[in-house]
Amino acid sequence: MSDSRMKIALVGNPNSGKSSLFNLLTGLNQKIGNFPGVTVEKRSGFSQMPDRTAAEIIDLPGIYSLYPRSLDERIVSEILLDHASPLCPDKIVVIADATNLKRSLLLLTQIIDLGLPTVLALNMMDLVTKAGISYDLNALSQELGIPVVPINARKGTGLDELTKVLSKSLELPAKHVFTVYDDVKDAVKTVREKFTLDNNYEAYQFLQQPGSLKFLTKDDRLYIEDLGRQHNFFPGKFQGAETIQRYAFIQTLLDRVTLKTGELSWKKYTSKLDYILTHKVWGYAIFFSILFLIFQSIFAWATVPMDFIDATFAALSNYMNNALPEGMLTRLLTEGIIPGIGGIVIFVPQIAILFAFIAILEESGYMARVVFLMDKIMRKFGLSGKSVVPLMSGVACAIPAIMATRTIDNWKERTITIFVTPLMSCSARLPVFTILIALVVPDTLLLGTFNLQGLALMGLYLLGFAAAMVTALIMKFLVRVKERSYLVMELPAYRWPKWSNVGFTIIEKTKAFVLEAGKVILAISIVLWVLASYGPGDELDQAREHVLNESSNMRLTEEGLENRIAAYKLEHSYAGIIGKAVEPVIKPLGFDWKIGIALITSFAAREVFVGTMATIYSIGTDDDQTTIKNRMRQEVNPETGGPRFTAPVAFSLLVFYTFAMQCMSTLAIVYRETNGWKWPTIQLLYMSALAYISSFIVFQVLS
Amino acid sequence: MAQMKPGEVGIISGFSDEVLSVKLLEMGCLPGAPIRFNFSAPLGDPVCISVLGYELSLRLEEAATISILT
Repeated sequence: MSDSRMKIALVGNPNSGKSSLFNLLTGLNQKIGNFPGVTVEKRSGFSQMPDRTAAEIIDLPGIYSLYPRSLDERIVSEILLDHASPLCPDKIVVIADATNLKRSLLLLTQIIDLGLPTVLALNMMDLVTKAGISYDLNALSQELGIPVVPINARKGTGLDELTKVLSKSLELPAKHVFTVYDDVKDAVKTVREKFTLDNNYEAYQFLQQPGSLKFLTKDDRLYIEDLGRQHNFFPGKFQGAETIQRYAFIQTLLDRVTLKTGELSWKKYTSKLDYILTHKVWGYAIFFSILFLIFQSIFAWATVPMDFIDATFAALSNYMNNALPEGMLTRLLTEGIIPGIGGIVIFVPQIAILFAFIAILEESGYMARVVFLMDKIMRKFGLSGKSVVPLMSGVACAIPAIMATRTIDNWKERTITIFVTPLMSCSARLPVFTILIALVVPDTLLLGTFNLQGLALMGLYLLGFAAAMVTALIMKFLVRVKERSYLVMELPAYRWPKWSNVGFTIIEKTKAFVLEAGKVILAISIVLWVLASYGPGDELDQAREHVLNESSNMRLTEEGLENRIAAYKLEHSYAGIIGKAVEPVIKPLGFDWKIGIALITSFAAREVFVGTMATIYSIGTDDDQTTIKNRMRQEVNPETGGPRFTAPVAFSLLVFYTFAMQCMSTLAIVYRETNGWKWPTIQLLYMSALAYISSFIVFQVLS
Repeated sequence: MAQMKPGEVGIISGFSDEVLSVKLLEMGCLPGAPIRFNFSAPLGDPVCISVLGYELSLRLEEAATISILT
């Protein structure tokens, strides 16, 4: 069915208004996925054409030319060169920024030469008109041999005309802007005949970028490479010459179709803003204020909806527990599935807030300035200027932060950013940190001003940050890629964000997280629930009797008894057995099997540590920090007779939680973002090893 | 062009790095085209230039591959 629908691809420069046009055409009928086999995000959706048929619209990554320099860019060549692929569009809309027509036309002339039916959508014509510039669009259309439609992707004007043109059958562009050089004509002819290609430029592109022809067999690609070598085909030299030839054509074309020239007035406005926003003092001051604002908002604004989500899911669990008959399925639902889904939905407010800010920064053109300000510092660590926002957002939560690395085009820089972001201390570590710090760090003032506990907390945040930067530095030398890192980035003119685009970004990112990372999170939550609720034999069924026997001479209240039963059950569950089994391994870190159980259950999420401690010490599941803290303080180490949580043990645990992955949601999102289990596995092993070794050193040195 | 001062305008004469030159050509840095050095980032790198009527940022080492007619 879907193959009979018309497929329309949107192609254009970054910042040309392509996303706005895509959002206008598809509305809420959008799907986000990946292109087959790669991590490049694929946005597609359906749009109603004037003849009432639905057309599939595919938004291709922004490019400046058909010659790719990153994985994202390569996907465009791959799709447009493979005319037999089910992804190959029936029609192409090239969207061009009319305020920068000359540069936009470079890509258009390449697309025309590929010989697919093409329409030129000229965006931002209002700004051009305002500047007193005017073009003869009929002449432009005639000279190029394709329909030209002026549109305004911000206001949505010109859309009817565009869809009308698209629903008609389009003739193949007859024009050839670029003529293949005589020296390589033979090679082009051979390729064209061997692969039965539609035109010479397509064959020429085959010779230019055999690396993009993933749809051919390896032998075919090697054959093309060999052929190129035999005919002295120099890709780089030819690309340069081709670009110069195209620009010469474009200049002649523009001279013919320009009716009036003028000066674009908003350029002055942009340069004045740039003077302040990239100033050596104000630039950084403003940037760090914005970061602070984002960080604060994620912390402050997300708390209310997160508490609400938490309470709602707890209430739902409770209600279902009472409404449904007692049994395994009910428990699976109320203790495994519902809290599991709750654990996914709880991240939605943080993701929504972070992406609202990121969309605003991108849309307004400010993000490019952030890169401009931070590039030099970050590059020393193998990162990019674009890594700053994800890293800082990691302080709130690593999940939206890792999703935000999509803005980094360079694969190596993006991978390193994803890899080190979870080392930034996120908000889920906070409950663990505060309770352990309160146990062993006195609540006194240092030099009369600095609270010692506060300093300890800050020290842990700095420790995480330092680990992230050192890890990045190590990876800079370890990760080898052919892809060259370069900046060459447009600084787009400042403009007001388009709010509907901000909204679409929020919906898109939230959906991607809930649907794709959510699956993994739910699956692991259920596994962990089974481990913590079931044990071998009938130990768990007889928990009540055991506890009653043991405590027959104690005068326990009903609640105290229930708490003891819960502790007994956890101890004899599979999680408890694993906790005891790993005791010899974690003993050198100063941990006993009870802490071992907490390490296992908090693998789902770090904050679970506190709840597990409460259960295992039989004080119920209430999250009252003071009660738990007091109980932990009383815990005795049977070997020494002293307290269990001595300073070495507490610091060892603190360091462990600073470095250890202990967050399956992060692993799930890294899996999604890197499109495989390779990076999440390396990350889990690395962070666990780092945590283990650091805790070992801390404990052994301190005790 | 790494020696240019803020506000200075020059004419592009060529490139010293073939791989990068293709990218720069695509972005509109054509031989014979005027290019303006606008300002550099606070730490001296990257730099912002104007070409073809829009702003482009380059790392210093990238800008150094563009030769300017003097």
